Amino acid sequence: MRFTRTSKALGMVAIAALALTGCGAGGGSNDGASQSAGDPNKVITAYSNEPQNPLLPANTNEVYGGRVVELLFEGLRSYDADGKPVNSLAESIESTDAQNWTIKVKQGQTFTNGEAITAKTFVDSWNFAANSKNLQNNGFFFESIAGYADVSAVTTETAADGKTTTTPAPTAETMSGLTATDDSTLTVKLAQPEADWSLRLGYSAFFPLPSAALADPKAFGENPVGNGPYKFEKTGSWVHDQSISLVKNADYSGPRESKNGGVTFKFYTDPGPAYTDLQGNNLDVTDVLPSNALKTYVTDFQDRNATKPVATDSTLNIPGYNPNFQGEAGKLRRQALSYAINREEIAKVVFNGTRTPAKAFAPPVIDGFKADLKGSEVLKFDAAKAKELWAQAEKIKPYDGSKPLQIASNTDGGNKEWIDAVANGFKNNLGIQAEIQPFAKFAEVLNLRKSQSLPGLSRAGWQGDYPSLYNFLGPVWATGASSNYEKYSNPAFDKLLQEGLAAKTTDEANAKFNQAQEILFEDLPGLPLWDQAKPIVWSENVVKAETGWNGGILYYNITAK
Amino acid sequence: MVRFILKRLLQVIPVFIGTTLLVYYMVFALPGDPIAALFGDRQPPQAVIDTLRSQYHLDEPFWVQYGLFLQNLFTFNLGNDFTGQPIAASLARVFPVTAMLAVEALAIQAIFGVAFGVFAGLRRGGWFDSTVLVVSLVVIAVPTFVLGFVFQLVFGVQLGWAKPTVGANADWGSLLLPAVVLGLVSFAYVLRLTRASVSENMNADYVRTATAKGLSRPRVVIAHILRNSLIPVVTYLGANLGGLMGGAIVTEGIFNVPGVGNKLYQAVLRSEGPTIVSIVSVLVLVFVVANLLVDLLYAWLDPRIRYDQ
Repeated sequence: MRFTRTSKALGMVAIAALALTGCGAGGGSNDGASQSAGDPNKVITAYSNEPQNPLLPANTNEVYGGRVVELLFEGLRSYDADGKPVNSLAESIESTDAQNWTIKVKQGQTFTNGEAITAKTFVDSWNFAANSKNLQNNGFFFESIAGYADVSAVTTETAADGKTTTTPAPTAETMSGLTATDDSTLTVKLAQPEADWSLRLGYSAFFPLPSAALADPKAFGENPVGNGPYKFEKTGSWVHDQSISLVKNADYSGPRESKNGGVTFKFYTDPGPAYTDLQGNNLDVTDVLPSNALKTYVTDFQDRNATKPVATDSTLNIPGYNPNFQGEAGKLRRQALSYAINREEIAKVVFNGTRTPAKAFAPPVIDGFKADLKGSEVLKFDAAKAKELWAQAEKIKPYDGSKPLQIASNTDGGNKEWIDAVANGFKNNLGIQAEIQPFAKFAEVLNLRKSQSLPGLSRAGWQGDYPSLYNFLGPVWATGASSNYEKYSNPAFDKLLQEGLAAKTTDEANAKFNQAQEILFEDLPGLPLWDQAKPIVWSENVVKAETGWNGGILYYNITAK
Repeated sequence: MVRFILKRLLQVIPVFIGTTLLVYYMVFALPGDPIAALFGDRQPPQAVIDTLRSQYHLDEPFWVQYGLFLQNLFTFNLGNDFTGQPIAASLARVFPVTAMLAVEALAIQAIFGVAFGVFAGLRRGGWFDSTVLVVSLVVIAVPTFVLGFVFQLVFGVQLGWAKPTVGANADWGSLLLPAVVLGLVSFAYVLRLTRASVSENMNADYVRTATAKGLSRPRVVIAHILRNSLIPVVTYLGANLGGLMGGAIVTEGIFNVPGVGNKLYQAVLRSEGPTIVSIVSVLVLVFVVANLLVDLLYAWLDPRIRYDQ
């Protein structure tokens, strides 16, 4: 008797617990009130993660901080969905010789704290960003401006144990090539002519900063004040490790007018839970899919997914310090390796169509891209040709196969599968041993690349900073460039890049850059693999979402239902 | 009693030094450069990297780094993590969340586990007992992450009873689903422990005496059987609390709970020695205090156990 009563009580507890869960679930995932027209005042939620730096535009060089900064600020130019630069804060940008630029700044623009934006604002912001003392990660974006060398100077000391330490030691506070002649006129003198310089002006490093930012960068980075389509909801909207809440900036009048009431970035340490949240309409949009969802996202989110090519490519770098790949025999072997990779099949089978086989050293979405460049036939899969070239190389210098050919990569993020496929291609088509050299973290591979101590090949990727061919060539393959870790160097290639930069028109410049790529196809310092397409999915709470030229979601274009 | 507590607290010191030293060394020995890892393919100017390195003393030998860490700890200054955020602030954010989750999970497993266990124990061999035993076996056999994903899918996505993940602004309600997942496995253990203990004590002499004295059944069960049966259960629960506070990394990961487990996971990914060791330091304290509480509970449950000799 008593037993039954107690079990009843237990049942009540269980029911109460379920009711509690019900309470916890409040928050209108299924309001049922589906409005046909979009609601311009509703706040949308988006996938993100904790930004790695204070939110200063010139300091933000990773995606999760970048997406926030790009919504908070507006630069002289911005990029439309296709990557075409349009003038935003700039009335006009003119140059007759590609070296001396005159920029007219729109008048009457202000930051959300009321501070006016003038030509001087840009001078101060850019000098701040370029000054090595301020330790801004994107400082080198100003390297073309005359006087950059002085403000970015460093001293390097070598300790007794051979370790070098670099410390900031600027010899000037301002770049000589940067002047504001009046409130609306900004004149920029470059160190040398650069045809594509104005293409960069939409990149976040060039955004204007209010004076508060220069006075106390760290505090500003916690609660930034900008001039973009969105602003912080309130002081402290950045709840670390949890979320950042942005609301529409009503005073904004640029090309990126917001179609929603705000964006709340929810932080996830892993894309898996975010994907589940999307299925439960507890998150509105994500641009990072868990690798196991690449096969299913099209069926899981019918009519609520999009996959668009973006300006990101992948290469397999072959270090020049590896004796197997040096000299004439090395050149033949590089070609053989390239012919032995079945890019078509890997893109289809491993990546489920979210990659397209590479056609050049830059992705097709970039203006000036040209397919079928001289030498680009090495990107086609041809087992017979691969074998033949390998045999030719053997005649010149035998291959040292005492150790398997290793391909270094971090194994997270679904890299292992395609590297195994590439290694098998080498094995089957060239008869050499090849395998993945696994690392837990990307940084480990990077360190070994920097110190030139990788035994074999390594994976590399490049996402465009601004839509220009040069951006895919200069920083990666030019002699001494910032991301040229394998230290590839070819004077002829460098010369063509310089000529391209000095060209008067973009068409002329692009022709030179394409010529430069032909040299890369000749030398093959790295093997272009594939270009990325960016899959995104959205919930039933929003009408639709799309990505821009660089794979970033155009948050301002999303309308909530 | 006071002396006993003090003695126990003094034992914390060597444990503390030992664990932090070990963990610190393990992080130190991790390959890769954590500062380089802050940046993707786009490396910042070398001056930025070198400045950060010297700022966090990463260019110093191990003993200097560890010494500085201890020195900071004793001045109650945990310093910053590599992204420039004060570690103390981030601990203050994550620990309350995990504490809520742990308490909720502990309450679920204690209340349901003990209740079910008592019923099963009192009616050994009955239908309730058999059912509960089978169910608890199943629960123990299924890995946590499977349970987590299934619950998330069923209750979060298909039925919509709860939000699939927790995310920002965690509260008791939103933490219920992960707490259930987290508590389930231990619930099964608590249930089985209680059941075994109760059924063993059912036939003890003092129970027969109590019944013979004419005490009511509930009184016998609660005051005599239960009190004596709870000792192993309390031990288990106490040890479990420490484990729960250690951040149930898997559960917090599945439900995106902004707690200790997630923070620790991120810190390990980024080789953030200072953050990892700070979290571990707090956890050591939690474990010690939890064990101390368990010992004190023994004395309350069984007056024969005394600590003041």
